Amino acid sequence: MSQVIPTLSPEFAKRRAYRNNSPFQNIWNILDKVFDPELPGLTIWDLGILQDIQLADELYTIVVTPTYSGCPAVDMINTDIKMELAKAGIDNVTVKVTLAPAWTTEMMSPAGKAHLKSINIAPPDENDKVICPNCDSENTKLISQFGSTACKSLYQCSDCSEVFDYFKHF
Amino acid sequence: MNQEQKNLYRFLVGLADDSVVLSHRLSEWCSNGPYLEEDIALSNIALDYLGRARMFYQYAAQIEGKDRSEDDIAYSRNEREYTNLLIHELPINDFAFTMLRQFFVDVFYCQYLEQLCQSSDSTVAAIAAKSVKESRYHLKRSEPWIRQLSEGTDESRSRVLDAKTELESFVGELFLMPEWEKSLLESDIAVDRELIKPDWDQYVREFLTGSKIEFAGSELKISGGRNGVHTEFLGHMLSEMQFLQRAYPGLKW
Repeated sequence: MSQVIPTLSPEFAKRRAYRNNSPFQNIWNILDKVFDPELPGLTIWDLGILQDIQLADELYTIVVTPTYSGCPAVDMINTDIKMELAKAGIDNVTVKVTLAPAWTTEMMSPAGKAHLKSINIAPPDENDKVICPNCDSENTKLISQFGSTACKSLYQCSDCSEVFDYFKHF
Repeated sequence: MNQEQKNLYRFLVGLADDSVVLSHRLSEWCSNGPYLEEDIALSNIALDYLGRARMFYQYAAQIEGKDRSEDDIAYSRNEREYTNLLIHELPINDFAFTMLRQFFVDVFYCQYLEQLCQSSDSTVAAIAAKSVKESRYHLKRSEPWIRQLSEGTDESRSRVLDAKTELESFVGELFLMPEWEKSLLESDIAVDRELIKPDWDQYVREFLTGSKIEFAGSELKISGGRNGVHTEFLGHMLSEMQFLQRAYPGLKW
């Protein structure tokens, strides 16, 4: 069996380098407690929608980019960002939703993909190779192109019969 | 607003109206889909179009600079002020009709939005870039459905053919440009719909020929949407869509 060497996507590598060089490490770390409301335990950093933190005139601007244009979770995520920062005593915050750069699943972190698998969601694959999160079989079939949310589609494993969500490569 | 801003505003509202009207039509399938997965898929596509409408309305409101919100624009105009192209407002009819309309507009948006990504207006380009990816995914779903319905039973095929006859009258308007949109061509904000027409015709014709369905092409037959002249169906749809804001103006969730 050939060994699979996990590689970082260029998009995620770029985000990680940007974060590591940012002067606002404390803010990035606080925002690691903000999760996507539809994907339990997946942080907005790992999902790839947290893009930037800026400071101007004593006001922090948190920049996020939505996954899908109609995603209803965006408003809730904005509120959660403000709440989490407020808990840490930071109130001078505004959240900016930006469309460029457009979000892609390539912005997701390896930890985020691993977490998806742990909650029984097949992580996005650039060749749309969908592997069953339950038994790791590649013998899977599409049931519906849309699942419980816009970012997922519904699959079934032909080996273990597990029905699961696939986070669409986008 | 100067003249170019006025043109841009009308252009944006037209695109937003196209999306919100189609979104509302698709949402009518919610709880009425042929089976659960299909029901969810149609609702998801409706949501994509709603998101697209919001982005265009928000930008239009910003250009207008009158401190109006996306909701003000969507919920407080009557049918004559709506400027969507007519194909989006037709009732959902049966599933074959709904899917054939989706196939026609999916092909159109894949081609049109791809061009619009090159807009000299960076916000328009960003909205197009976001939306075109969604349309490509929608097309991946509408194509197999049209194939399946066309080559399924006699009943499903006849319904596709009926839908085609009806929709053929409305596809031509997708390539029509009002003068304000044409004037945005000079500054490369808008893209020329006429140039997309041959590609659209060819794509659709080749696909339908695969199921032995003849397609006449997108010759212009019925138009009026961009000037607020609609089919009899839009007013009824808006009276339902806008009911809450008409009855309780300014009501918040």
